[in-house]
Amino acid sequence: MKKKQDSAKLFTRRAFVIGALQLSFLTILGGRLAWLQVAQGERYKTLSDKNRINIKMLAPSRGQIVDRFGVPLAVNNQNFRVLIVPEQTGDLEKSLRSLQKYIELEEEDIQGALKQASKSAKFVPIEIKDDLSWEDVAKIEVNLPELPGLSVGVGEIRSYPYGVSTAHIVGYVGAVSKTEVGGDPVLSLPGFKIGKTGIEKKFDLEMRGRAGNSHVEVNVVGREVRELNRQNSVVGKRITLTVDGELQRFVQTRLEKEKSASAVVMDAHTGAVYALSSSPGFDPNLFTKGLSATMWEELLADSGHPLTNKAIAGQYPPGSTFKMVTALAALEAGLLTSQKSVFCSGYYEYGSDRFHCWKRGGHGTVNLVSALAESCDTYFYEISTKVGIDRIAAMARKLGLGQKLDFDLKEERPGLVPDKNWKLGHFGEVWRPGETIVAGIGQGYLQTTPLQLAVMTARLVNGGFAVKPWMTGYVGNRPGVDVSWPKMDMNKWHLELIKKGMNRVVNHENGTAFASRIKAPNMSMGGKTGTAQVRRITMQQRLDGVENKDLPWNHRHHALFVGYAPIHKPRYICSVVVEHGGGGSSSAAPIAKELLLEVQRRNPAATVLKPEDGNNIAGMNKAPPRKPRLIR
Amino acid sequence: MVRAVTIQSELGFLQKVQQLNWGLVVLLSIVASIGIAALYSAAGGNFSPWASRQLVRFGVGVVAMIVVALIDVRWWYKLSWPCYFIGLFMLLIVEIMGHIGMGAQRWIDLGFIQLQPSEVMKIAVVMVLARYFHAANLEDMRSLRFLIVPCVIILAPVGLVLLQPDLGTSLMIVMAGGAMFFIAGASLWLFFAAFTIAGASIPVAWHFLHDYQKQRVFTFFNPERDPLGAGYHITQSKIALGSGGIEGKGFLQGTQSHLNFLPEKQTDFILTLWAEEWGLFGGLVLLGLFGLIFLYGLWIASRCRHNFGRYLALGLSVNFSLYVFINIAMVMGLIPVVGAPLPLVSYGGTAMLAVLIGFGLIMSCNIYRDSKVTRV
Repeated sequence: MKKKQDSAKLFTRRAFVIGALQLSFLTILGGRLAWLQVAQGERYKTLSDKNRINIKMLAPSRGQIVDRFGVPLAVNNQNFRVLIVPEQTGDLEKSLRSLQKYIELEEEDIQGALKQASKSAKFVPIEIKDDLSWEDVAKIEVNLPELPGLSVGVGEIRSYPYGVSTAHIVGYVGAVSKTEVGGDPVLSLPGFKIGKTGIEKKFDLEMRGRAGNSHVEVNVVGREVRELNRQNSVVGKRITLTVDGELQRFVQTRLEKEKSASAVVMDAHTGAVYALSSSPGFDPNLFTKGLSATMWEELLADSGHPLTNKAIAGQYPPGSTFKMVTALAALEAGLLTSQKSVFCSGYYEYGSDRFHCWKRGGHGTVNLVSALAESCDTYFYEISTKVGIDRIAAMARKLGLGQKLDFDLKEERPGLVPDKNWKLGHFGEVWRPGETIVAGIGQGYLQTTPLQLAVMTARLVNGGFAVKPWMTGYVGNRPGVDVSWPKMDMNKWHLELIKKGMNRVVNHENGTAFASRIKAPNMSMGGKTGTAQVRRITMQQRLDGVENKDLPWNHRHHALFVGYAPIHKPRYICSVVVEHGGGGSSSAAPIAKELLLEVQRRNPAATVLKPEDGNNIAGMNKAPPRKPRLIR
Repeated sequence: MVRAVTIQSELGFLQKVQQLNWGLVVLLSIVASIGIAALYSAAGGNFSPWASRQLVRFGVGVVAMIVVALIDVRWWYKLSWPCYFIGLFMLLIVEIMGHIGMGAQRWIDLGFIQLQPSEVMKIAVVMVLARYFHAANLEDMRSLRFLIVPCVIILAPVGLVLLQPDLGTSLMIVMAGGAMFFIAGASLWLFFAAFTIAGASIPVAWHFLHDYQKQRVFTFFNPERDPLGAGYHITQSKIALGSGGIEGKGFLQGTQSHLNFLPEKQTDFILTLWAEEWGLFGGLVLLGLFGLIFLYGLWIASRCRHNFGRYLALGLSVNFSLYVFINIAMVMGLIPVVGAPLPLVSYGGTAMLAVLIGFGLIMSCNIYRDSKVTRV
């Protein structure tokens, strides 16, 4: 009995121990639970959210680029794509084959979709084909009941309504390259495009907008369950250009008649560019869709350099269009008056060298105005020897040559205005007087771009204001440029004299561009022809009387013309360069005439630029055309 | 306690029903209801596929529990050895079936139920040890020779279960057997010696572990080592628990479990789901309920007047608590993932039935606490 009681006592003791152990274990577990849920609760809450929430970026819409009338030059078109969700189809390949009945589908499209499907989860939509036509979309939509798992998605693709006409100024967008990734996370979005050239590149950041995001709850395999919240993306800023889209198209179409040419139309007073063309060009819409290697090779091999914007990056000797510079330098230096006359016998002798005038037999007695009008070389040979290269060069720079002009396109080239220091620094040789004579008629080392020639002309005819070219009217609502140009210190009568000469070039029967004068009522133009030698004319050729048109194309002269319109109160400036076009009067002047006629008809200067929130409607807000105001 | 003065040789049926521990039945029902609610949530607010079946199983289990409870504890005394040998026999059958090409199996399909011999064995080992120790006195308990038989009783099924291979269950049987030794009054020195030997043999045992078992141990010591691989379960479970906070995310609002980040949410990790949705509050309520059930077992064992009843009731109660501790400690990242369900709460028919039959036996010990159990 005692033993039994001992054993019972022992049992009670041990049972007590067990109970105590059980309770302490429970306490430990409760403590652990409290530790996890209270002390560590916040941390695990974050981890749990990280588990379940996927943040999807929503691509922003790229800002538009519009012309001065608000007409779009770069827009985002809806791009329809057909998508398929593999898990919703019984047999993926069979579904793709049945889609073939309705739309054109390449074998590689099908193989590509199958390959992509094998790599991703079954519920992820796969793009079969993009850039569908409306017709295709309609066919798919109508037959959706027979095409399980298929859907039509909408994306955006950049489109340029003016195509080749605006390619060189607007530029194009392309896929983000590896070196460009980084910084903005939006760049890593599949299919995201950024500006590669032109305005698209310059204002890429402004037009890019801000990406939105969508917080999506996902399960463990990444399937979306629901959207928790969404912050919509913000459309990028609209860029308003000073360009007139229709004029731009007109210019481009005209230039396309030549093998290789470029032209600028701008405002004499504000410097706003209305049209800036380089031909041949390229279709930027092909670039956004992805250019084939062969097309790219063709563009690179083309002798007309379609990828180069020759209006700002083509550098040519100005030829006779430079004669205004020489004349103005002499006038400003006090070495020349309107009365000064020179006898042109067809050549000018300096030391033992003989410099020929373009006109065999000579012009006879000429003064400043008639020398400009008839483009007498002999007259300018003589005055340039008097003025000297340094004063000519200074005047050229003052008029905008030989330097970059802060234009909106970074492809802009500086050209070259030589002087004594330059030659010493560059070649280590002293300047020879003969080189001044050549430079005086715009030959030799001189290099100018069509844009610079336009600026030069503007500064000559606008009353002496140092305008600079620009074409960004507004970035969103922010003005693109401050247009208060400083007045240059130049004698008003000297400028009038130059203008008189330029008037005569076109409107006097002896003028070199008389054939291209404007006969339309209330319209007129003035200007200056130029013919730039690409190669020196040899004595043999001169003796043989070789005509320029007999030479191979790339040995022929460049044809140039700078002009303004109308004669009184000049408003529009135009410069034209036809590469290897022959003579300025024969091939450049007629083009300039058409351009200046068209720009006067359209009178873009009368339309005030509107910022993005200005609701500008094309053709509205036209000021009276008779009295153009100084506008932005 | 007044009633206990008379030695009840025979009890009437109504008396027996009256003697059933209805409080315990209520506690078990509440815990099972929590399980069913959690399963309802695990299915995304659906009774199918888990909650409804679990409810039926619980109902069947409760009936089985009451039937077992009403059977005289002396019958169970007599049936101890047969139960044990039947369990052993079934373990062998499972083992042989595995060898003759039906693949590694842990259960016998009886058509209406998939019987897991190891579940039977967990109870049978406790029964047969209770019976063996019933007649022992303190001297016997101190004699090593006397303890050889109970050691064999434990090790025979452990060996067979290890062959399955099921390390977790075999450890559970060892622990349950060890607890029986302790309850019956084996010398503390014996436990000391056993722990020492066990500790010394860990390096040896390590060699016999399967790779996946070793992996689980590694993972336990450093779950972040491979959060998407082996450590995934523990990490996700901790995230689910922790993110529940004090108040929980709300019924049916557990993101971790509903978005399937939580693995095996309806079985082993059911507590995680519960505590994610009901927070610390819900977790502590469940722990408290388990605590009350443990105390209930302790109370029944301590008022029993025969050794068999004491040992059986306490042994089964301890067995139950071991399962609770191991499962909860596992989901909280305190011990390696061993694959043990939470009794009464996790989805699973056999386990539910085994647990309720165990409580039936405990209640039988209560009803027949004053019976004179003699050796046969």
